[in-house]
Amino acid sequence: MSLGPHLLLALLEGLVGACVLALTALGLALVFGVMRIVNVAHGEFFMLGAVIAAACAGLVGDPPWLAFGCALLVAPLAVAAVATAADWAVLRRVRYDPESTIVATIGLLYIVQQSVLVLHGPDARAVPAPFYVRLDLGWFGYNGYKLMVAGAAVTLLLAVWLGLGRTRLGLYMRATQQDREMATALGVPVRRVYATVFALGAALAAVAGVLVVPIQQAHYLMGLDPLLLSFIVVIVGGLGSLKGAVIAAFVIGVSDGFVSVLFSPTLAKILATLLVAMVLVVRPRGLFGTSEA
Amino acid sequence: MSTSSARIWLLHAAVLLALLLAQPLLPEYHYVNVARILVLACYAVGYNVLLGYTGLMSLGHAMFFALGMYGAGLPVYYHGVGALPALALGVAASALGAALFGLIALRTRGVAFLIVTMMFGQAFHLTLLHFNVYTLGDQGFILSETIRTLDVAGAAFDLADSRVKYNAALGVFSVCLLASLLLVRSPVGRVLVAIRENEDRTRLLGYNTYLARLLALTVSGTIAGAAGATYALLFSYVGASFASILHSIYPLLWTLLGGAGTTLGPLLGTGLMFYLEIYARDLTTAYLVVVGAVLLVLVLWAPRGILGTLRDRKARWLP
Amino acid sequence: MSALLEVDAVSVRFGGLTAVDAVSIAVPAGEVRAIIGPNGAGKTTLVGAICGRVRADSGRIVLGGADISRLPAHARARRGIVYTFQVTSIFPTLSVRDNVALAAQRGLMRGVMGRLAVDRRVLDARVRGALARAGLEVDPEQPASALAYGHQRLLELAMGLALAPRVLILDEPTQGLAEGEIAHFRTLVRELAGTVSVLLIEHNVEVVLAVADHITVLDQGRVLAEGTPRAIAHDPEVQRAYLGG
Repeated sequence: MSLGPHLLLALLEGLVGACVLALTALGLALVFGVMRIVNVAHGEFFMLGAVIAAACAGLVGDPPWLAFGCALLVAPLAVAAVATAADWAVLRRVRYDPESTIVATIGLLYIVQQSVLVLHGPDARAVPAPFYVRLDLGWFGYNGYKLMVAGAAVTLLLAVWLGLGRTRLGLYMRATQQDREMATALGVPVRRVYATVFALGAALAAVAGVLVVPIQQAHYLMGLDPLLLSFIVVIVGGLGSLKGAVIAAFVIGVSDGFVSVLFSPTLAKILATLLVAMVLVVRPRGLFGTSEA
Repeated sequence: MSTSSARIWLLHAAVLLALLLAQPLLPEYHYVNVARILVLACYAVGYNVLLGYTGLMSLGHAMFFALGMYGAGLPVYYHGVGALPALALGVAASALGAALFGLIALRTRGVAFLIVTMMFGQAFHLTLLHFNVYTLGDQGFILSETIRTLDVAGAAFDLADSRVKYNAALGVFSVCLLASLLLVRSPVGRVLVAIRENEDRTRLLGYNTYLARLLALTVSGTIAGAAGATYALLFSYVGASFASILHSIYPLLWTLLGGAGTTLGPLLGTGLMFYLEIYARDLTTAYLVVVGAVLLVLVLWAPRGILGTLRDRKARWLP
Repeated sequence: MSALLEVDAVSVRFGGLTAVDAVSIAVPAGEVRAIIGPNGAGKTTLVGAICGRVRADSGRIVLGGADISRLPAHARARRGIVYTFQVTSIFPTLSVRDNVALAAQRGLMRGVMGRLAVDRRVLDARVRGALARAGLEVDPEQPASALAYGHQRLLELAMGLALAPRVLILDEPTQGLAEGEIAHFRTLVRELAGTVSVLLIEHNVEVVLAVADHITVLDQGRVLAEGTPRAIAHDPEVQRAYLGG
């Protein structure tokens, strides 16, 4: 292949990756923005989504679209339930203290990951896509499912954005984010808002996991990469800024796609980290960060 | 003041002496285990300087451990450098790496610092894998037999001998422990603790807190690197897996378990977790679940760790 | 005679609000200068700009002829501008001795060795001296958090004294002190006068009139009046602003 088609392929791969990354990172940014905590187990919620999708495929079998539909329904709910349990049993009890929360979510990371190892086994499992369409782009054929992934991710991003702007929950969340004490005084059920946000963030990661699994296979160690990339995204975008996170996700995702296709995925991650170093030298609070982290 | 000072130095001397004299009592099998614990405890001692005494939580310390490991291991592997120069190279590599990393990462604070440490730790791990041709990161490599003797002042010691391993590890651990004790009891150490408690106030007392944090990170990374270099030389294996996120979380766990901000906590935590993991490994392949479980238990019921809790209740003089 | 501390047209803005509006004051060496004014007049913001906690948007701050406007807070502290907090800001988990030692060791830490060890006897003497001058008679080994509120204020003061200040900024130092402690404080400030310049933010009018050489009245971020205690006490404009009369 000459360079032109190569670049087109890289751009497509980058955009698809960016959409999934935006979804995952948005969950992390949402949790940090409202609750001011860092969820190190966020990648495991992504992995849980993927593994549940694999389990659905195993249980439902044919047709693949039915299994996929089940996964899309079950995974976010199940993962949200796990997150709610973690919030109730642990995070609430350490009063969302930033350092304790980090230690607690590291603990959660290993408990989730090792439980999946026991239940799901150490092997990676492929899951069939719900449909197979090959788009002929002239120089090469492209997997139509990947484009659907991008479409679904963008739809979800828009839904979250609209939800934040128009619903009572969104209002509560913004109030809590700005001033927790004031929000409490005004009758915002802060504790419920926290539990909901934590569950919502986890569910977003789980959906991203479900969407990705027909492309990537489900494996109990797959959570680390999305966690790392999400971290890069929220740091570049500015901790707590949702807009920054989404924009950064697209910048990082597309460039990650380019470098991955043209060179290697490992090099892409290394370069992304160096990019973060540069951003930090110029703007320690990230590109869109306003308040101190 | 001077009586409590004497008591503190006596306690540390007693712990080290006990480790030295315990040798005849230990079954042969435990020599290598305890040697490993001592080397890993150095790593935790270094970590504790940053977390326990400066209040900075890092999730990327495996980077410094691995820098020490590769800084010592690669020259041995490619150029047949001797054990002591290799150790020095490993320590120098990690010191340089920690200082450079600190210059950038310490521009952030709080949770952003934590995220940045983890990112860079991961990037370093990936770098080791990416340049596999030179680092042999994937599979790791065994240090050749040439390195297996240690020449000190004309006497040659066989590093394959488990007694030599034990005493070499104890020697390095003693240096690291006493260095950390000296640091935290010095005027600079007092400034580090002040930063942990209230950085803004410390600045208004006339201290450049950025430089102080940079110093703490560099010392912490250097001690971690010394541990990594010693590990490579004593156990003759070098591999990228030591740069993984799990190996950044271990020193956090060991330090928290023993008690962050206590000089002897890291040793206690490392020892306990080491044997707990051996026990768990016999039971299940998912033995890392104990890492998660212990972290959750600590966070919920014993945030100050074993020695930290002891200090709160009984012995306020513990350093 | 040129002043030790010169504040030249300093302004501080927070968003749209101008908290300090082109304030100029000049404090000679050894003078006790009280800064008074109603709540929200910009007193704490002004001294914050002087010690470097708050960034001035414009204007200059000059100490002993050298422009320090661009120096970070720790460098200003090192040059002798010492701030004691309005909201007590000691290190609660450290012992009383360690709190003061942190301030007292500052001048002793020279070179690498001086950072690893200082002469214990010299340090102890400085710590005891600062505690005694502040009038804090408690067990120095107890954690600072165990002190009563008034004693924490005195500890804050002792830390300030241990830094050997040239300009000592005291922000509401008598708040929460008992009668006897206030009397001791008045004596202390008069002892400091002559060698140390003191900037005193204080609500207790009696204390201000007793210790200040000079008074600056701030109102809505501007200097409303300046003069001797006697002149200020009789200034009709000050009375109007202050007493709402």
